[in-house]
Formats: sequence, structure tokens, C-alpha cells
Amino acid sequence: MPVPDLPVADTSVVGTPVADTSVLDAPDTATAVPHDTPPRPQGTARPARQGLGRRLLADRKARAGLLLLAVFALLGTLAPVLAPGDPSLITDLGATPPSAGHWLGTTAKGQDVLALTLWGTRSSMLVGFTVGIAATLVALLVGLASAYLGKLVDDLLTLVTNVFLLLPGLPLLVILAAFLPPGTTTVVLVLTVTGWAGSARVLRAQATSIRGKDFVAAAVVTGERPLRIMFREILPNMASVVMTTLLGCVIFGIGAQAGLEFLGLGDASVVSWGTNLYWAGNDGALMTGAWWAFVPSGLCIALVAFALALVNYAVDEITNPRLRARRKGKK
Amino acid sequence: MRLVLRNLGFYLIAFWASVTLNFLLPRFMPGDPVSRMFAQAQGTMQPDQIAQLQKLFGLDDRPLWRQYVDYLHSVATGDLGISISRFPTPVSEVIGSQIGWTLLLGLTALLVAALVGNLLGVLAAWRRGGILDSALPPLLIFVGSFPYFWLAMGALYLFGVTLGWFPLRHAYDVGLEPAFDAAFLGNVATHLVLPALTIVLVSIGGWMLGMRNTMIATAAEDYVTMAEAKGLSPARIMFRYAARNALLPSVTNFGMALGFMVGGALLTEVVFAYPGIGYQLLASVQALDYPLMQGIFLTITAAVLLANFVVDLIHVRLDPRVRVR
Repeated sequence: MPVPDLPVADTSVVGTPVADTSVLDAPDTATAVPHDTPPRPQGTARPARQGLGRRLLADRKARAGLLLLAVFALLGTLAPVLAPGDPSLITDLGATPPSAGHWLGTTAKGQDVLALTLWGTRSSMLVGFTVGIAATLVALLVGLASAYLGKLVDDLLTLVTNVFLLLPGLPLLVILAAFLPPGTTTVVLVLTVTGWAGSARVLRAQATSIRGKDFVAAAVVTGERPLRIMFREILPNMASVVMTTLLGCVIFGIGAQAGLEFLGLGDASVVSWGTNLYWAGNDGALMTGAWWAFVPSGLCIALVAFALALVNYAVDEITNPRLRARRKGKK
Repeated sequence: MRLVLRNLGFYLIAFWASVTLNFLLPRFMPGDPVSRMFAQAQGTMQPDQIAQLQKLFGLDDRPLWRQYVDYLHSVATGDLGISISRFPTPVSEVIGSQIGWTLLLGLTALLVAALVGNLLGVLAAWRRGGILDSALPPLLIFVGSFPYFWLAMGALYLFGVTLGWFPLRHAYDVGLEPAFDAAFLGNVATHLVLPALTIVLVSIGGWMLGMRNTMIATAAEDYVTMAEAKGLSPARIMFRYAARNALLPSVTNFGMALGFMVGGALLTEVVFAYPGIGYQLLASVQALDYPLMQGIFLTITAAVLLANFVVDLIHVRLDPRVRVR
């Protein structure tokens, strides 16, 4: 393809981003894979992760997101101190609007909404992060095995991944939750089963590109064990992508858990943001105008998801200045 | 052609996987859902119906592979069993009467979100750093962080209960006879606004960001620079040169989005008590109507797979590069 030799100044006439072309034209030096160098057997993981962490803290979006997450983690941890006693205990008249006695009002049953929201933080964050970590681990195993072993294993795992990616998630969630006994374990299990596929695809793509690098070939020739190559040689070089998928999985976990519980398919006896919303809907909070019964929990879910998205955005921008869309679409 | 056949093969495998999942779930899950279901349905069912259900759920003592073959056969012939909560209506009939509403809601929302989102993405990328580009994405990410159903609850409360602009539930007013006239269609449209709007709000950000990012990459391509050098009008370059090519990933995303849309429609249907198979799915779960539940799951899966296959076909037509491989 002939490249038209044009003065750069011409492009500014139409208003294209001239400033960016320099970045766009630069080869992949700044993008994800930091180590093209021969294998460093010890501590390969550390420099990459440390660099990412420091750059994250320097980023305004990431700082805001991390701060918000820390606030919620604190609120969840301190729930027994801030709102002692059983949060589902009926303490007052039903459906009273926010007042000095109950800062966020009471539910139709007469429970304190603030206490429910605070205690809900614990279960929602815990399940969200557990699901996120579990789904990322599954995705990582599938992605690495697929990329490293190749051939038949790759074909098979890719097929399974694509099938799971295509099966509509929420209906599958509903079906699985309906057959399994209700409980937090079921929720975590079901969300992990339905949530790993998208990440596996992203991680496989990244791992495949690293698999082709010279230092992996060197490791293979020196006779290192496959597991060691996968986790000590390839994995450390994917730190940023793993981070992005982890954040995405946690967002998925928190949102999907809330959806499942809102439908009444979680464990209705556990206090979480999702069950709070389920009871609000069940008690007719919408129709009676009790907005305080359903606004706090939903807002919390959104704030946590937003905080995670902010961090995710920052990781993306730090590791990939080209901000290409390929990864964005897979969410 | 070979590519099309390979894709078709993949979708058939995916469908077979979901059928098999459906077959295995009631047989291997702990907690014995079948006996719960029978306890519930005792009063309403005829002995021969119970016998048929037992056959369907493998409570007879035929070997497993025999049951599996029979199950595959009945699915292939469209026989999804009999609904328990709506006894004695066949499952396929229940689904047939509901699926139209889901399609209406889901497709309307998907089309609006994709069209508006892509357009916004093109504009944001073209005026990079402008108001649209700097203010809208964070806002949309924030809105997109809300759970579908919560946004739906908020919209229902604000526009339905407090302001009273839109009806609260159902797809059309009670007492109205479905007909193809202006009055009825108008009524259906007003009932559609809020549910569709909430889905659009949550999903539009993804479309916009995806399009924006692809556009930024495309705008740096040589042929765009070439077009600029030729002195074509900015609008022409934007839409005929850059956007046209940046649209390809969006076509692929459209297929993926269908799956998510089903989930979004499910929750929205529940909040708005909108008829449709999502609402029906939850109702069947609550009524322990396993045949209906499984039938709905299969139907949704089949629809998503079929739609993805069609999107694949379109993609092959639009992008010659796919064909070469």
C-alpha cells in the first residue's frame, strides 16, 4: 500500500488530533509487554507490578477510584461498630422518611435503612471480590493453558470459552440458581461459572502474543517445566491485563450478584445491597413513594462499580497510550 | 463459504451444549427439584401428565443414554413439554405468546442504543478533546455503573409514580383489545418508553466508547490522510471514510450485545411487570415450573445463537478480510 507523503500540517485543517499521531505512529514500545528481555528467573513479577502500582497512584482517576473503594471497605469493616446489632431487627415504625433518628429512614417493615446499607456493604463487596478473583483465576488457567499448550488443547478450550461467552448470561444464572440450593456459596459458584469466559478470551490473546517471544522459547529449550513457564515466565508479563480483567470481573460480580438477589434467587436471609433492593421492591417501596428504601443500596453498587471502572480506565491509559478499542469491546 | 459452514458448526455445538446442560441439570443437581415440583403440582395434574413429566425428567428407570436420545428427539421436534403453572398449556405455546413483547422491547432498545451510541462515538472522536469527548464518557460510565434494574426502579418512581408521565406496568392498558390501529399502537408505545429508555441509558456508554476508540485509530490511517489531502469535506471524510470502517467492530459487538440485551430485558421486564419471556422466566422459577423454565432458556439461547450467526453472515459480507482467511 503506497503511503502518501504528506506534510503533517495539512491534517490540522480538518481538525484531526495532530498531537496524537506521534503516539499512534510509535511502535509498541510503550504498550503492555514490558519485558522483551531474556528471562530473569527471580522476581520477574515485581518490577512490572511495582511500576504499575506507582503509576496508578500518580493518576488522578485511579486515585479517586481507589479512595472510593477504600471508603467502602472501611464502612464494611466498621459496620458492627457504626450500626451495632442485627440490621434486620425491626426498630421503629415502618416507612418513615429520613430523620435524625434514622438518617436514611426505615423500610416498610421498620428496619433502619442506614444499618441495612452498611451491613450490606460487607456481603456485597465480599461476594463481588470473591467472584472476581475466582473468575479471573479460571480465566487465567484457561487462557495460559490455551496459549502455551496450543494445538488441540487450544482448539478445545477456545471452543468451550466461546460457547460460554455466547450463552446468554443472566438466563443461565437464573436457571442455575433455580436448581441449586440457595446460599452465598451457590451465588459465588454460579457467578464464577457464568463470568469467566470473556476474560479468558482476553487473557488468551495476550498470553499467545507473549508465548511467541524469544525468552519463552529459551525457557522451553532449557527444559523448564510447562507450569513454571506459564506462571513464572508468561504470567508476570501480563500483569496489567490480568489487573484489568480482575477489575472487570469484580464489577461483573457485584452487579450480577445484585441482579440475582433482586430477583429473589440469592439467599434472602443475608443482608446485602441486592437483597435490600429485593425487599424494597417486594414491600412496594416504589408505589408508596419510599425512595429512601431503594436509593442508598443502588447508589452504593453504582459507586463501587464506578470506582472500579475509574481504576480500570487508568490502567488502560497507563499501559496502552494508543487506547485502541480492541479490549474495550469485550467487556 | 467454508467459513460460514464452520461458524454454523460452532453455533450448532453451542446449542447442543445448552440442550445437554438442560438435560443434565435436573438429573444431577442436589436438592431434588423434581420432587419439590411434584409436591407443588399434585393437585392440578392428571395421572397421565405426571407420567409424562416423570418420563421428561428421567424418573423412570430407562438407561440414561436412552433418556438423552429421547430428550434430543423431543427438543428437535419442538416438543418442550407441558407447563405446570399454566397447566395444560404446552411450553412452546406459552413462550410463543410472550416472545413478541421481549423482541419488541429488546430490539427497540438495542437499535436506539447502538445508533445513538455509535453516532456520539463518531462525533466525540472527530472533535477529540471537545465538550462531547470530555464530558460525556465519564457521565455515561457512571450511569452505566448502575444496575439495569435499579435504574429502571428509579425511572419508574420518578416518571411513573411521582410525575405520572408514563404508565407504571404492563405493555398496554388493561381492558384494551390488541389490534393494529393507531390507538392501540400508541398505547403500546407509551408503555414501551420507560423500559426501553432505561436499557438504552445503561448500554449507550459502551457503544460510544467502543466507537470513539476505533475511530481514533481509524482517523490515523493513511487513507484518511489521503482523503484530507484530496480536499474532501470533513463530513464526507468522517462518515464515508473513517466511520464506515470503524463500524466493523461495532457490527461484531452487535451480536455480542444481543446476549446482554436479553439479560437487561429480563430485569427490566420484572421491574415494569412488562410481559415477555424474561418476566415469564422469573414467574416459572417462582412457581417451580421446570419445563417452562428450561423451555424459555432454550428459546433464549437459540435466539441469541441465531442472531449471532446472522451477524456473522453480515460481517463476512461487509469485511472482505474475513473471507480471505
